[in-house]
Amino acid sequence: MITSLTYPFDISIILRKKKAIKRELLLKSPQTAINVAILGGSTTDEMKNILELFLLNNGFLPNFYQSEYNKFYEDAVFDNEELSLFKPDIILIHTSVVNITEYPRFSDNSEDVDQLLRIELRKFKTIWQSLAKYNCAIIQNNFDLPLNRSLGSLDCYDIHGKTFFISKLNLEFSNSAGEIKNLYINDINYLSASIGIKNWFDRNLWHSAKYAISFDSMPLYAHQVASIVKAIVGGPKKCLVLDLDNTCWGGIIGDDGLDGICLGNETAQGESFMYFQNYVKELKERGVILAVCSKNEHDLAKEGFLHPDSVLKFEDFTSFQANWEPKSENIKKIADQINIGLDSLVFIDDNSVEREIVSSQLPVVSVPDAGSDVMNFVDHIEKNAYFEIVSLSNDDVNRNKFYQDNNARLEQESLFRSYDEFLISLGMVAEIKPFSSLYIDRITQLINKTNQFNLTTKRYVIGEIEAISGDENYIKLYGKLTDKFGDNGLITILIGQIIDQACHLDLWLMSCRVLKRNMEFALLDRLVEECQKRGVTEIIGYYYRTPKNNMVAGFYKTMGFELVSTEGENSVWKLMVNSYKIKNNLIKIDNE
Amino acid sequence: MNRAQIFEKVQEIFRDIFDDQSLNINDATNSDHIDDWDSLNHINLVVSIEKEFNIKFNFNELSGLKDVGAMIDLIVEKIEK
Repeated sequence: MITSLTYPFDISIILRKKKAIKRELLLKSPQTAINVAILGGSTTDEMKNILELFLLNNGFLPNFYQSEYNKFYEDAVFDNEELSLFKPDIILIHTSVVNITEYPRFSDNSEDVDQLLRIELRKFKTIWQSLAKYNCAIIQNNFDLPLNRSLGSLDCYDIHGKTFFISKLNLEFSNSAGEIKNLYINDINYLSASIGIKNWFDRNLWHSAKYAISFDSMPLYAHQVASIVKAIVGGPKKCLVLDLDNTCWGGIIGDDGLDGICLGNETAQGESFMYFQNYVKELKERGVILAVCSKNEHDLAKEGFLHPDSVLKFEDFTSFQANWEPKSENIKKIADQINIGLDSLVFIDDNSVEREIVSSQLPVVSVPDAGSDVMNFVDHIEKNAYFEIVSLSNDDVNRNKFYQDNNARLEQESLFRSYDEFLISLGMVAEIKPFSSLYIDRITQLINKTNQFNLTTKRYVIGEIEAISGDENYIKLYGKLTDKFGDNGLITILIGQIIDQACHLDLWLMSCRVLKRNMEFALLDRLVEECQKRGVTEIIGYYYRTPKNNMVAGFYKTMGFELVSTEGENSVWKLMVNSYKIKNNLIKIDNE
Repeated sequence: MNRAQIFEKVQEIFRDIFDDQSLNINDATNSDHIDDWDSLNHINLVVSIEKEFNIKFNFNELSGLKDVGAMIDLIVEKIEK
């Protein structure tokens, strides 16, 4: 971990030692190559250098294209061979308040002002439409507010006001991002406000070098962009692990008792703990899994959440490890129990020794240096963008229910004589169908965050999925699974490319929450059926080893494929379609 | 802080910005002597100097500076104010 690149960010060090930091980051491997095109409405060089650091720190190896100074519009709208050859994965449109073409004049009437707004908006809509051909993610800055506003506060509600005009533009940008799949907004309106517009925009630097962002703000800007990129391509952390005493409430539950812990509106400190709990609850409601890791007696620890002012309840935690084992061991147990990788965990503890034990024993767990004051915990979670996402799907909102349903399933499991008997009792019903536009978001999201049950770990941006979805040369299937405990949602994806009479499996993945449910058999049945329809005679499977997908190393063997060749730890497998026998007899298929 | 101490700190800044820990500057060093010393890195130098000494230049002041000696003279002047 490079400390200067983690919240609260050491801006002086970043600005001064960026070359040394870059050298250090390049020593880490492996990195995912990513092509980032920056179309700038102001000077971009230094911002690019700093963005490079944050992308490297997020596990990417970026390659950059930069438009000439202020040529963002021309580069986007007119034929651009260089940009086509560059094959961007991400296009960042680095514009800001300095790029607004024309503000209302005081003599304008409201129709004139509306007209101006439409013209400005059309400029950007043209850009987004022209860039659609690259099938890549477009990150568009919204607008920061100007340093000066001659109307004072009236500026924000008189139709001639600049700040009013900008607020309307920003609202239109937000609406557009809701309509255009590949468009993501980088909210510099919020960022500049949190930094303070006076610190955000350096007039000296603007007039002399045409930088529209101050050097002090650039690391924060670059970090925000890199967080969006990570959310698009990499996926967020999944689980927040909390200590209890002096993290979720003030005091020690074991010593002070339920009446003695500090929580609630009566004191400033009690209110701070409630503020933290409220924030955590909000994370949970949008899909972040919660766990407890505390040195405590289990029953006493549990009792803390019975406090009348406790926003969090015992049931909010999917895993609850309160005992006297080392925390690093308990955190491993949490990851096992929830069935996610250790690198999906973020650990918050007020005790620096415990943090040190966990981060030294389990370096892949994110352990921000959150200090001992609950006032700062939220910032350490939010400003490191651990849980940043670019879309909120129903599955995110319901995910915690899945995991809780899963615990109910685990309890059921032990009551049956055989595992098959248990599976039958679940009354599983699956839907397996070709990609449809309704699920493009969820499919892309699942592709980019699934690491364990993933044969090739190939990543796709949303535009590529849309393209494949309409291409006859691909067999592309998704699967959803419901059982008596609940709806697991869309949990498995397969993409096969047909070349001659063979189907090459570019992608096969499944969410770990439906492991050992025979869903893979149901999917293979359907794949074979699709192959038969198309006259495809053989299916070729590929296993590409990553640090995380060991669990599927022998997958194709289990599925009845024959080994064709191996190269290092990668392997190629083959299945003949004509001798295939149906494998699934436990899941009912309902594609209505 | 005397001129020699200021010079030491400025040398450290040059070494960081140009990522060369063996770089030795003197009063006569100018952009002809350091390959990477272009207008963009000039701003980097200025920003880091401002932060180190907690002073503010206006960019006209600095774009006119022809070598390290003149730079340090200006820092001395700003700190004394």
